[in-house]
Amino acid sequence: MLLSREWLNEFTDIKATDKEYCDAMTLSGSKVEGFEIVGEEISNVVVGQVKKIVRHENSDHMWICTVDVGKSEPLIIVTGAQNLHEGDFVPAALDGAALPGGIEIHTGKLRGVESQGMLCSLKELGLTVHDFPYAIEDGIFVLSDDPELKGSMKPGDDIKAVLGLGDTVVEFEITNNRADCLSVIGLARESAATFGTELKLHTPVVKGGAGDIKEHLSVEIIDKELCPRYTAKMVKNIKIAPSPKWLRQRLRDNGVRPINNIVDITNYVMLEYGQPMHAFDYACVNGNKIVVRRAQQGETLTTLDGNERAITPDMLVIADASSPIGLAGVMGGGNSEITNDTKMIVFESANFNGTSVRKTAIALGMRTDASGRFEKGLDIMNTIPAVERACELVELLGAGEVLDGTIDVMSGEYKPVKLQLEPERVNALLGTDIEKDFMVRVLEKLDFTMNGDTICVPSFRQDIEHYADIAEEVARFYGYDKIVPTVFKGAATKGGYDEKQSFERSLSSLCRGMGYYEVMTYSFGSKSAWDKIHLPDDSKLRNAFVIQNPLGEDTSVMRTTSLPSMLDVLSTNMAKRNMDVRFFELATVYLPLDGSELADERSILTLGSYGKGESFFTLKGSIEAMLGAIRIKDVHFEAVSTNSAYHPGRCAAIYSGSTLIGVMGQIHPLVCDEYGMSTDVFCAELYVREMTGCTAGDPTYKPLPKFPAITRDIALVCDNAITVAALTETMKSAGGDYLESCKLFDIYTGTGIPAGKKSVAFSLTIRAKDQTLTLEHAEEIVSALLDKLEKVHGAVIR
Amino acid sequence: MKKQLQELKEASLSAINGADSIEALESLRVKFLGKKGELTAILKQMGKLSEEERPVMGQLANEVRELLTASIDKAHEVLAKKQLSERLERETIDVTIPGTPVIIGKKHPLTAVLDEVKEICVSMGFTVVEGPEVEYSVYNFDKLNTSEGHPARDRQDTFYFTDDDRVLLRTQTSPVQVHVMETQPLPIRIVSPGRVYRKDEVDATHSPMFHQFEGLVVDKGITMGDLKGTLNTIIKRLYGEDTVTRFRPHHFPFTEPSCEVDVQCFECGGKGCRVCKGEGWIELLGAGMVHPKVLEVCGIDSKEYSGFAFGMGVERMAMRRFNISDLRLIYENDLRFLEQF
Repeated sequence: MLLSREWLNEFTDIKATDKEYCDAMTLSGSKVEGFEIVGEEISNVVVGQVKKIVRHENSDHMWICTVDVGKSEPLIIVTGAQNLHEGDFVPAALDGAALPGGIEIHTGKLRGVESQGMLCSLKELGLTVHDFPYAIEDGIFVLSDDPELKGSMKPGDDIKAVLGLGDTVVEFEITNNRADCLSVIGLARESAATFGTELKLHTPVVKGGAGDIKEHLSVEIIDKELCPRYTAKMVKNIKIAPSPKWLRQRLRDNGVRPINNIVDITNYVMLEYGQPMHAFDYACVNGNKIVVRRAQQGETLTTLDGNERAITPDMLVIADASSPIGLAGVMGGGNSEITNDTKMIVFESANFNGTSVRKTAIALGMRTDASGRFEKGLDIMNTIPAVERACELVELLGAGEVLDGTIDVMSGEYKPVKLQLEPERVNALLGTDIEKDFMVRVLEKLDFTMNGDTICVPSFRQDIEHYADIAEEVARFYGYDKIVPTVFKGAATKGGYDEKQSFERSLSSLCRGMGYYEVMTYSFGSKSAWDKIHLPDDSKLRNAFVIQNPLGEDTSVMRTTSLPSMLDVLSTNMAKRNMDVRFFELATVYLPLDGSELADERSILTLGSYGKGESFFTLKGSIEAMLGAIRIKDVHFEAVSTNSAYHPGRCAAIYSGSTLIGVMGQIHPLVCDEYGMSTDVFCAELYVREMTGCTAGDPTYKPLPKFPAITRDIALVCDNAITVAALTETMKSAGGDYLESCKLFDIYTGTGIPAGKKSVAFSLTIRAKDQTLTLEHAEEIVSALLDKLEKVHGAVIR
Repeated sequence: MKKQLQELKEASLSAINGADSIEALESLRVKFLGKKGELTAILKQMGKLSEEERPVMGQLANEVRELLTASIDKAHEVLAKKQLSERLERETIDVTIPGTPVIIGKKHPLTAVLDEVKEICVSMGFTVVEGPEVEYSVYNFDKLNTSEGHPARDRQDTFYFTDDDRVLLRTQTSPVQVHVMETQPLPIRIVSPGRVYRKDEVDATHSPMFHQFEGLVVDKGITMGDLKGTLNTIIKRLYGEDTVTRFRPHHFPFTEPSCEVDVQCFECGGKGCRVCKGEGWIELLGAGMVHPKVLEVCGIDSKEYSGFAFGMGVERMAMRRFNISDLRLIYENDLRFLEQF
C-alpha cells in the first residue's frame, strides 16, 4: 500500500521527517518498506519560455531556441523536437541539471552550436500522458498547452513545484488482518494514534437534486452469503473529461494511472476509503435492474481488460435483467464500460465475501486492486460513506448531476463486537504495569468506543475479537520496546534430544569423520525417478503419497526411496567435474502406513561415492567401521543379485542378526547410464530405525590376555565360488575358543593357481585363556582346522 | 715389560685418536683390551717378574687399562655425537610439503546453522521435538486459528494429498506445537526443526521445500517480557553479545500479540546499506504470545496458562550467515560449495 504524505496530512497533521515518520509507523505495527520522494531525481529544471526559434544551419531537423529561464540573459538551447512555437512554456534542464534515470545535462555543442541546456519531454521527466493529458508523448512537454498550468507559472519557476512533484510516498506492508489500513483514512488513524495528533475525518456532502434513483434502478441480491450488502447511487448528465491536476497527482503518487474523471473518482475513493467502487454505464444496464447472483453454467463475460472469461456457478456476478455486466469484486464487464459517450452511470459500492472473490480472481488469473482488498474482508459499514464521497467528488469536479436517494440492500443487521477491558489480564499477558487510563486512551484514539469497561469494536476492525487482540492494540502504542525482557520462571525442564535424534547425530558425525560430506535434497520423488533406478513395476516402493497439485512431474510424489536423490547429487557433481566425492544424507522417505492417512516417515542414511580409490570395499569398510562404532550387533553381509538398481554381482544386504538394516553396492551400469555417469558409483541405504533397534547394550569388560598368542599365516586354494565368509565360518567352528581371530590378507588368482580356483590367505591368531600354548598344541589346532576346510570346502593348503 | 706397556699405550692411544667410526673404535677395544687382546698378552708375562716388580707392574698395567678404557669411551662419545648429528642432518625434511591428506566431511550449511541454534536452545532447557511432514489440515491450519477460506489454504499455495484437502504437506512447523500441547504434560518448553512445503517455483529466493525452526513455551504466568528475554538470549548467543534487537508488531493467526524481530544490520550498524536494503535492520524471526484460542483448542486453560512461540526460516539464516546469494545452491550439493562450510 502506497501512501502520499500530502494526502495523509489532509486527515492528520504530522510534522515528523520522512525517516521519523517511517520508523515510528513501523514500531506501532504498520511496517514501512521504504519511501520515495516523487521527482527526487530531478534537479535544476525550471520553466522556460521559448522566445525565438530558428533553424539549425547544420541540421535539417534541429532548432535553435532562445529560452527565457528567468535570468538576466536568455539561454540558447538546441532541440530536435518539432512541436515548439514561440511563446511556449517548456521544462528547461539547465547546465548541471539531473533527470530520472541518473541522466545529467551539461552545456555542450550540437553540430557546432553550443546548447546551454535541454528542453524536456514528458518521458524525460518520468511522466506519461496519463499524468498530463494535454501533453504529447513524442515532443517537448508544452506546459502552456495545459489549461491548469497556463497562467500559473513564470520563467525560472522550479518545474517540480509547477508539476506538483515533491510529495513523499511511503510504502507499507499491510498484514492480512488489517484491510482497513489499505486506505488513506485507515493509515491516517494509525498515524494519528502513533503521533498523538488529531484525526480529522470528513463527512461527504452531496447536493443531489437530479431526480430519484428509485425511478431508474432496482437492486436484487440473490446470493446474500456472497454479497451481504450492495449500495448504489446514480449520476446523470455525465461529462467525461480528464480529472483535475490535483486528483491526477494523488492517483499517480499512490501508484494508480489516471484515466478520466469518473474512473479516477472510483479509484480515488478506493484509495481514500479502502472501499472498491465500480461505475456502470446505465445505458447498458438492461431492464433497469441489477441482480447479484452466481454465474450460470455456460455464461461468459468479457471483462474491462478485453478478455472473454468463462465463468462458473461458484463465481458471483453483477448482472442486469439478462446477463452479467461485472465480476463481483474483481472487474467490471466491457459491456457496461464507461466511454466518452456515457450519459448516466450507476456507482456500485458493495460488500462481497472475501473468500469467494479471492477464489474467482485466482481461478481466472486476474487479481486486481479491488479483489486484493475484498479478499481480506471489508468493513460492511463503509459502502455508504464511500459512495457518498464518490458523488461529492462528481459534484466537485462538475462531472455530472447526482440523483437523490441511495439504493442500499443489506441482509441482516450489523452488530458490533463488544469486549470487556480487563487491564490485569492485559498486563499479565504482556508482563507490564500499564495504567488502565492509557489503555482507554489508546482504544479511543483507534475509534473504539468505551462504555464503562465495555469496549465496542468499530466495524472496520474485524480482526479484534478477543482480549488478546486488545492486549496487542495496547502493546503496539505502549511500545514493544518498552516491555522489559525477563527470564521465565517455573519448573525447570531437562531439554535435549530423543533417541532417534541422538542416533542420527552420531551417524552424521561418523560419516563426516570418514570423509563423507553431508548433502540435502528435496523430499519429492517421481515416477520417472523410479524408472531411472529401474525399480520394478510391481515394487511396493511405487506405492507413494501422490501430491494432487504438484509443481511438476519431478516433484509429484513424496519419495519412497532416497537413492534417486543421491544419484542426482552424484551425477551433478560428476557433470561439474568434481573428481573424487563421498556424500551422505539423512534422508526421509514417506511410505504408506496401513490404517493411517499419514505417512510412515523413515530416515534413511544414504551414502554415495565415486572416484579414485573408491570401490565396493572402501564403501563396505566405511559401513563396517560405522556399524562398529555405533555398536550394531552381529553384522553380516549377504550377496544380493535382485536389486535392480545395483550391480547383480556387487550388491550386499546388510544384516544385524536376522534384521535387515540396509543394502549397499555398486550402482548398476545401466542405471549409471540413466544418470549420465560413466564411472563406477557406489551407494548404500541404511535404515536408521532398524539400526537403532540393533545396537548392543553397554559393553562388559573382558580381561586382557595373560598368555602369549601364536600366529600362523595360511594360504588355501579353493574353488572361486567359495566365499571368504564361508571359509571364515568353518575356521571359527573348527578353531573354537583357541582361534582368537582369522584375518584375510590376500586373495590371488593367476600363475600357479589352477583355473577356476583362487588362493585365499589368512593370518590366524591362536591363544589359550589359561596357559601358554606349546607349539605342538598350536599345530594340532591348525591341522584340525585345515582338515575341516578340506572336508567342507575342498580347500587345501597351497 | 714396562717398555712393552709404554709402547702399547702409545700405539693404542694413537690408534684410538685415529679411529673414524664407532665400529673401528670397538674393534680397537677388543684388540687392546679384550680377553685375547694385547694388554692381556703382556700381563701374561707377570709370572716371570720378581715379587718386588709385580705390584709396580700391576699398577702400571692397570693405569694403562684405565687410560685406554677412558680414551675409548671418550672417543666413542664424540663419534656417537657426530654420527647422530650426521643422521639428523641426513633425515632433515621440507616441513612445508603438505601432509598426507585426510578428508573429513562437513555438515551441510543448513545443518550447521540448525545444530547451532538447537544446541543453544537445548542448553536452555528446550527439548527437540519432530513431527510429521505429511499432516492433517486440522493440525496445520484449523487448530492454528487459520480457518476455512484462509488464503494460505489455497491449492495454489499448499500441496494436498486428498480431494477434500484433509491431508497435506505441512506448510509450517507449527502443527508440532499443537501435537505437543495436546499430548505432553505442562509445562512445555520445546523446539521443533524441520522441513516445510509451499507451492513456490524454484528461484534464487524460493523453493517448494525449506526448513523452519520453531520454539514453544507454555506455563503459568508466561509473559511477552519472557518472550523478549528468551529471544534476546538466543539471538545474542547466535550472533554475539553486542547484537541489537528490535521487536515490532506483526500478525500471525496463531499468536496474539504477534511480533517480528529484527536485528540491527551487522554490515552498517543500523545506518542503512545494501545488505539491509537501507533499513538498518534485518528481519530475523516471527514470534508472539500463543493465541488463547489455540491454547483452548489444545485443551489448555488459557485463564491459567499462557505461552509464547517463535519461528524462523533456516535457509534465510544460513544464506545470511554464509553470505549465500542463491537458494538453489543449497539444494544443488556441488562439492565445491559444500567444502566451504
